[in-house]
Parts: sequence; structure tokens; C-alpha cells
Amino acid sequence: MSTSPSTFQLDIPEGLVASTTLFRDEVTLHTDKASVLALLTHLKEVQKFEMLTDETCIDYYPKELRFGILYQLYSLSRNIRVRIKVMLSEYDATLPSACSVYVNANWLEREIYDLFGIVFEAHPDLRRILMPADWVGHPLRRDIPVQVEENAFTFNRERVDADKPRPTE
Amino acid sequence: MVSESTKIPEQQLVIEDSPQNTVSTQDVQLDISVEQLKRLVSPRALTGETMLLNMGPQHPSTHGVLRLLLELDGETVVNCIPDIGFLHTGIEKTAESKSYIKAIPLTDRTDYLAPMSNNLAFCGAVEKLVGVEVPQRAQVLRVILMELTRMNSHLVWLGTHALDIGAMSVFLYCMREREMILDIYEAVSGARMMSSYIRPGGLWRDVPASFESLVKRILDVFPGRVLDYEKLLKDNPMWKERTVGVGVISGPDAIAWGMTGPCLRGSGVNYDVRKAQPYSGYEQYDFSVPLGSAGDVYDRYRCRLEEFNQSLSIIRQALTRLAPGPVITDDRKVAPPPKHEIAYSMESLIHHFKLWTEGFKAPEGEVYFAVESGKGEYGVLLSGDGSPKPRRVHFRAPSFNNLQPLGPMAKGALLADLVAIIGSIDIVLGDVDR
Repeated sequence: MSTSPSTFQLDIPEGLVASTTLFRDEVTLHTDKASVLALLTHLKEVQKFEMLTDETCIDYYPKELRFGILYQLYSLSRNIRVRIKVMLSEYDATLPSACSVYVNANWLEREIYDLFGIVFEAHPDLRRILMPADWVGHPLRRDIPVQVEENAFTFNRERVDADKPRPTE
Repeated sequence: MVSESTKIPEQQLVIEDSPQNTVSTQDVQLDISVEQLKRLVSPRALTGETMLLNMGPQHPSTHGVLRLLLELDGETVVNCIPDIGFLHTGIEKTAESKSYIKAIPLTDRTDYLAPMSNNLAFCGAVEKLVGVEVPQRAQVLRVILMELTRMNSHLVWLGTHALDIGAMSVFLYCMREREMILDIYEAVSGARMMSSYIRPGGLWRDVPASFESLVKRILDVFPGRVLDYEKLLKDNPMWKERTVGVGVISGPDAIAWGMTGPCLRGSGVNYDVRKAQPYSGYEQYDFSVPLGSAGDVYDRYRCRLEEFNQSLSIIRQALTRLAPGPVITDDRKVAPPPKHEIAYSMESLIHHFKLWTEGFKAPEGEVYFAVESGKGEYGVLLSGDGSPKPRRVHFRAPSFNNLQPLGPMAKGALLADLVAIIGSIDIVLGDVDR
């Protein structure tokens, strides 16, 4: 099986990680907005986590710090995975972009922006990636209902437009 | 030039000749604004020195609804900007409103050419989150089905990739062989493509009696067929002309872009989830991971062809391990009881009722579980919230991550080679857009 977390040590400089949790043999490093880039850089350059496997967001609505941004890192040379988690408030949903550290964060962050509305600062090309450019709101937020949208034709366009889900203000 | 090509003339947006149906250009946000476009293309496009050309989404060589915005200097690609999302169906959103078992059919529809790999990734994540053990027979059957799925995925890739480059006959042979695999899908799950066969804790039901003979038929027939494909392509000068040295990506670059699967191994990086972080007992099987060196279209082709032989070897080993036994866990809180038990056991009836009406509860927390699908690392990030429905399901789609470096790979290539590069990445748009 994969290397269990008890057998590897991460010597991370103080102040970068607020706490570490272990769940189902998976390590999650909790950090904040201010130190996430420094932590990612350290893990890539010093700890040899060469690959950003995945970056995504979880909406913990209706909690106050509702967005959890997850970075799933993998080290090819050490064969270990680690996850970084940053919690964000709905009213300050911005985060520095990881594109300068991991180049493939580009599309992953565009997807998070598109589906959750998190704004990544200094992202080279932050625009919607999956949803149409004229779609209002961010569909994967938990306060957007799952609903079937009718196909819009000329005879029902007005009604379909009126029924479109809108984000709650 | 740019402002003209991106601005839609007023009259095109008039849907019907009545005032309320007229949409003005102010109301319509275009896919990409001129300002955004300026950052993506070279300055030469603004003077009209290079040409902006739209390719797709309806194009036979984009393997689905992939749209590319190309900046061309003659026949040379200066910039290639992929535009995705045409097949976005909100699978991740829909999965949040389903119980864990009922979300499985959705996973079939992400990478629809390798449904069983997706089933396994999702069920593996659920098993990890809930903490379920899978019986031995189910593990062995899963390995056989995983390798058949890999071959299925590679057959469609090989057929369409060769068709794109102009080798028509390979496509026909590949579709013929794929039929044998789809027959097995049908025998085990009742469906040829959308199998939903793998369930949390094991499999939906045991395989039919004909299963072993069907698999053995593949083991007999396939090695010769793989040789046939090689005869058609491997030393074919036209094939090599179109693939050797085309779409090169170096090993470190492929890692930096998060590529996985044959795309990464074609560049010589030895990373295979089956070897690195084994699941379903892959550590017990003896197989090798084919590696390329040049990182071009040809090496990616060589890797995938060799994987056919490795898959056959794994299936052969797995068949010898196939012993009778249960195929799903006896934990009644996760897996439904056998139908006959419901007739005489009140407890079984309650379990059955609870599982199909409410589903089982998963604890609060996040897990990540990855499998090596035909296209690369297919991961599922699952977040439970203590209820029977997931808080968040995220598919780490290999096609999405492998497609991202298409822009840098295509830079400087000929337009015709772009088709070869797209084919060699092996994308499925259902997997890209989810």
C-alpha cells in the first residue's frame, strides 16, 4: 500500500501551517490565505511535491467560513500525497493564484472561479471555463438549487429566462 | 481584425422579427472579450499578420465538442487556445443531491469510454470514507474488469487516432475487437456502456457462468490482434512521418502540467497509480509499466499499444486467482441483502428499505481516492457531511488535466499535426467537461 503518513515527516517552517489533521490515513495541512503561497512553494521546492494533482473547492454552507480550497499535492520521488486546505469567508472570497508555483493551477482555478466564484488574485486568465459566459451566478455553491432548466425556444424564452436560478443576494 | 471577428453583428442575434425577441449586443456577453483575447494571442494577430481561426466544437478530429481558437501563421500554429465546457452537464452538482449508491450512474457518464474505471474510483472513495472491506472475489473481478476497461478505452483511442491521421482500416479492426469487450460488459451488468456495475463494498451481482469463457476468448484472440495493429502502424513510414517528433513534451514539463497516464509515461516518467499507490490488490500482480522517451505522439502510441499486452497478462494472472466467494460485503448497512433473504427476514427487509429510500450515512470528512484509468489518474475527492448524501464530489478528470498543455504542445506545430496531437492526448469530452 501507499506510504502511511506515520512514516514520513514534513519539516515545514514554523508559522506556515496552523494545524495538521489525519483522516483515513490522509494528511491535511490547514493554512491561511496569507501563507498558502509560501507553503506551496516550500512543499514544491524543498519537500519535492512536484505535482499539483488537483485543486478544488468545497462549499460548507451555511457555515460562516464557507469555502474550503483544497490543493492535492503528490510527490513522485517520495510517493506521498498531502492536502492543503484554506478556509475562506463568503464576503472575502479571494485567494492568491497558485499559477506562479504550479503552472497547471491555471485551468483548475478557472474552474473554481467559474463554479464557486472564488477570485484568484494575479491569475493570468481568470474567466469562466465550463459555464457559458453569460450565466449568472456560480452553480456549485450550495445555495443554488439543483433544478432542471428547460430548453429555451422562441415561444418559451421569456419564461425560461424568468425561471433561471439566480444567486441569493 | 480581432475586433471584427469577435463582435457579432446586430442582425445575427435577432431571433424573430419582433421587437421583444431582439437581443442587443450589450445584453450578450461574448465568450471572450477583446481585452482578454489580446492577452492570449500574439501582437501580430492584432495587425492582421496572423489569422485567427475557429476549429470546432463540431469537428471530426476534436473527439467531441472541443473548440480551439487557433492563431495561424500560414499553416503553423502560433497559439492554440482550447475552449471547453460544451458538454458540461453538472455531474458534480447532481451527485450532491443523490445518495452514494444513486450517484454511481452519474460516474459512468464522465469518461463514457471507460465507465468501470470511473465506477471504481467513486466506489473506492466511498469505501474509504465509510470504511468498508471488499471481499477477495470482488477485488479480483474488479481487476479483470479494470484491465478490460483499459483495453476498451485504448481501442477507441487507437481507432479514432489512426482514423484522424488517415489510417482508416485500423478503426474497423478496433471496433470489431471492442465489441468483444462490450459483450462482457453486457453479460455482467446488462448494459453495453453505462455499466454501473461496481458498487460500494463490491459488485452489483456475481458474474454469469459464461464470464470466464468470454474473457478466455479475448485472451486467445487478442495477442494476435495487437500484433496486427502493430504491423499496420509501428513501422509504417507514413504513420511515423505523422507522429515521430510531433507534439513533444518533456518529462519535467509533463509533470508540471499535471499530466498522467500514457501521456506522462510517453515522456519517460514512471508514474502509474497501480504501481505507486496500489488498489484492489494490484500489488499482487506481476506487470511492467511501459515507458517512452521522446515524449512525442509516436511514443505515446507505443506506450498504449504495449499496455494491451500488460493488461492481457494481468487478466491471465487474475483468472487463476478467481475463487468462489461473495462479491459484495456482508455489511448490511452499506450493501443491500440478497433478495431471497427479504422474504423471511424482517431485519433484511428493513435494511433493504432503508438503503433504497434513504441510503447509508457517511461520516464528516474528506477523502481522495485515485485509480489508473486508461487515460491517466482518475481521482475522486469526496466530502461527506454525516448525511446519506455527499457534500461534494469532485472528479479529478485525467482528460481535463491532460488537455491543458495542448496550447504549449501545439505551439509551432503544423495545423495538420494538431489533429495528431489531440488524438495522442486521448481526451473524452465528457471527462473534460463533466
